[in-house]
Amino acid sequence: MMHIESPKQLAEYRKKCVAEESKYTRKVLVCCGPGCLANGSQKISDEFKRILSSKKIKGFSIEALRDTGCHGYCEQGPLVIIEPDGTFYTHVKVKDVAEIIDETIAGKKVIERLLYCDPDTAKKIEKYSDIPFYSHQTRIAFRNLGRVSQCDINQYIAIGGYQALAKTLADMTPEQVIKEVSASGLRGRGGAGFHAGKKWATCAGIQEKPHYVICNGDEGDPGAFMDRAIMEGDPHSVIEGMIICSYAVGSNQGYIYVREEYPLAVVNLQKAIEQARELGLLGENILGSDHSFDIHVSRGGGAFVCGESSALMKSVAGEVGEPRAKYIRSVVKGLFDKPTVLNNVESLANIPVIIDKGGEWFSKIGTSTSTGTKAFSLVGKVNNSGLIEVPMGTTLREIVYDIGGGIRDGRPFKAVQTGGPSGGCLPESKLDLQVDFDTLTKAGSMMGSGGMIIMDDRTCMVDVAKYFLSFLVDESCGKCVPCREGLYQLHAMTVAVSEGRATEADIEKMEKLSDMIVIGSLCGLGKSGPNPFLSTVMYFRDEYLEHIRNKRCPAGVCRALIQYTINEKCNGCMACITACAHHAITGKKKEPHFINQELCDKCGACYAVCQHDAITIT
Amino acid sequence: MSHDRGKLEAIFDRYSRQPESLIAVLQDIQKEYRYLPGPALLETAEALKVPLSKVFSVSTFYNAFSLTPKGETVVRICVGTTCHIRGAKVIQQQIENMLGIKAGETTPDMKFTIEVVACVGACAMAPVVAVNDQFHGGVTVAGLKRLVKKV
Ligand SMILES: Cc1cc2nc3c(=O)[nH]c(=O)nc-3n(C[C@H](O)[C@H](O)[C@H](O)COP(=O)(O)O)c2cc1C
Ligand code: FES
Repeated sequence: MMHIESPKQLAEYRKKCVAEESKYTRKVLVCCGPGCLANGSQKISDEFKRILSSKKIKGFSIEALRDTGCHGYCEQGPLVIIEPDGTFYTHVKVKDVAEIIDETIAGKKVIERLLYCDPDTAKKIEKYSDIPFYSHQTRIAFRNLGRVSQCDINQYIAIGGYQALAKTLADMTPEQVIKEVSASGLRGRGGAGFHAGKKWATCAGIQEKPHYVICNGDEGDPGAFMDRAIMEGDPHSVIEGMIICSYAVGSNQGYIYVREEYPLAVVNLQKAIEQARELGLLGENILGSDHSFDIHVSRGGGAFVCGESSALMKSVAGEVGEPRAKYIRSVVKGLFDKPTVLNNVESLANIPVIIDKGGEWFSKIGTSTSTGTKAFSLVGKVNNSGLIEVPMGTTLREIVYDIGGGIRDGRPFKAVQTGGPSGGCLPESKLDLQVDFDTLTKAGSMMGSGGMIIMDDRTCMVDVAKYFLSFLVDESCGKCVPCREGLYQLHAMTVAVSEGRATEADIEKMEKLSDMIVIGSLCGLGKSGPNPFLSTVMYFRDEYLEHIRNKRCPAGVCRALIQYTINEKCNGCMACITACAHHAITGKKKEPHFINQELCDKCGACYAVCQHDAITIT
Repeated sequence: MSHDRGKLEAIFDRYSRQPESLIAVLQDIQKEYRYLPGPALLETAEALKVPLSKVFSVSTFYNAFSLTPKGETVVRICVGTTCHIRGAKVIQQQIENMLGIKAGETTPDMKFTIEVVACVGACAMAPVVAVNDQFHGGVTVAGLKRLVKKV
């Protein structure tokens, strides 16, 4: 690889990359995003490689086979897409690969069976841009995901990568960069929604050196995986965003803090950093300018609190990740007590586009106070699980129904959870709310980093509150009392509700205790920790009262209050008998079975395995 | 441990024995031994010139570290939000029953360890179980036997 010495040389290099890419008119894109990988897409890619390496096909070379980042539509995975037609194959299996090669790649014929089938019209749809899941989206942070190989700098450059960096270094002063980012109105995608331009300007204005830039790739919100998809599938756009930021704020050293559960993200980021160094896009005198910058990848240790700015910085420095009080913000006194800009993965991935197309262009997307788009992981009891990106201001209803395709198994919608452990659950009546930072906060939830978990009538809101509180009790670092003890008590009280041991007065006590935790906690973990309880008790109070007054769990989840019985639909298939670890079910083959309530542990295994709807929960 | 000194030294050198690299060093040790052996903690403290108390507090603060050895096969059950509402609890109980241990424990023959983790970032495929870092999505109670037996 050559070492690129100037923006002009980069432009020439880009021409070469484009020429190289244009050799491959037909491309096979195998999705290797988080969802498809869990569905075995690596084996599919290997099978393509195996067959194609020994088979000659006219007009197709094996270089045109690509393992790409996440396409988003995980529900339909593993996905294989054939360009330039955009032929979209779903649920691909290893045994389909040979057929795809013979029929579609060599024969240019579409395989009906593998196409997406629209559930409303029962029609097959061939091109992926025509599928409703995609046609309602606007992709900025995800712009390259699924288009190029996971980390190949030449492909990234060919589709316009590092163009914004060249523009920054050649034509813009740091002040101009900050002005552009401010004009874009970009607010932090990590949860708090702080204006990126403002943060950068503060850091740039501080005399004390050195300055640091950190990318927050901790993604602790359980249920969110947007940042993982970007770090694994398009690491260069994060790196480019960081270099631009470093130039704007005058920093020479950056860190990417990656969650320990994401080993592939670490590998791909490191590969991408190495490639950028070789080309001279990282290191000394980038593109021949005076600016030098390098990036180190720091692995997290599996602690949720380390997503919090001051805890994260402690962790990068090799210490225990305990937050500190923010009398002085981390942009002033951050990593190693030096001025530090911390931005989220998705925030940084937006930066190159903002520089390329201008802050004003970006600010016109979305709403006036929340500009641009937001990526969400749309998961739970929704038909179309996956990663999506929509303009800010899109309503929850559009997301759940138009993109998400409604609720699984035709069940009723109950709630949407946003903001992870710091957020809340919104009911049906709030579905027409626009998704943006301020609206969600006002409604008692929070944008958070972008987890959006859809719940149906079989999800118990008391159980959800209990779940998040137990998560937070585990993850509280223990430094401050309100969080450590308060959340512990609040959790114990939700357990009491779920077991029918609580009184109505307890609910008020819990609300009071929540207020105290919110006011008294040191960091965002505690301050927002009661939200899952507060939002569920606000919107689903009746469900709490049902547990308390009638000792009933309407959703059929809370073990102490439910009973599993076998109804007349039982055809005696023995599946539940085999599944029951407590030997509580008896019966003969082809004869109705029976659950012994004394032995039943209410684990729900019988319910999970029954194919005949023969288990009733009351 | 003494014959492994070379391995430890290599890890310390990889990070130039910088005190800031404590977490990275421990991660590499954990990767090498699949847990943090006591003597290795002592040597880390010495090599990086940090107090043993700090090495100990870091190794107990982060979930990634374990002070007890793990089994040959580590079964990690995702209990993140999405997996939770899609039935991770039943899955966890079934696996615990199958292996006769609880989450966080290792079988006496050192064959299996069960761990729970809050989200592995494959939520669209919930519930998810990882067997030695091989992910399985859409896990069902009925399909579990096959999954655990295979290993
Ligand atoms: C308990 C806690 C956990 C957090 N976890 C994350 C996280 O996983 N990822 C993230 O980007 N920000 C997280 N944040 C927010 C960060 O503190 C910080 O606001 C953000 O990374 C700043 O980047 P942004 O302005 O680009 O959003 C967390 C905050 C708190 C209080
Ligand atoms: S919640 Fe299980 S993978 Fe995300």
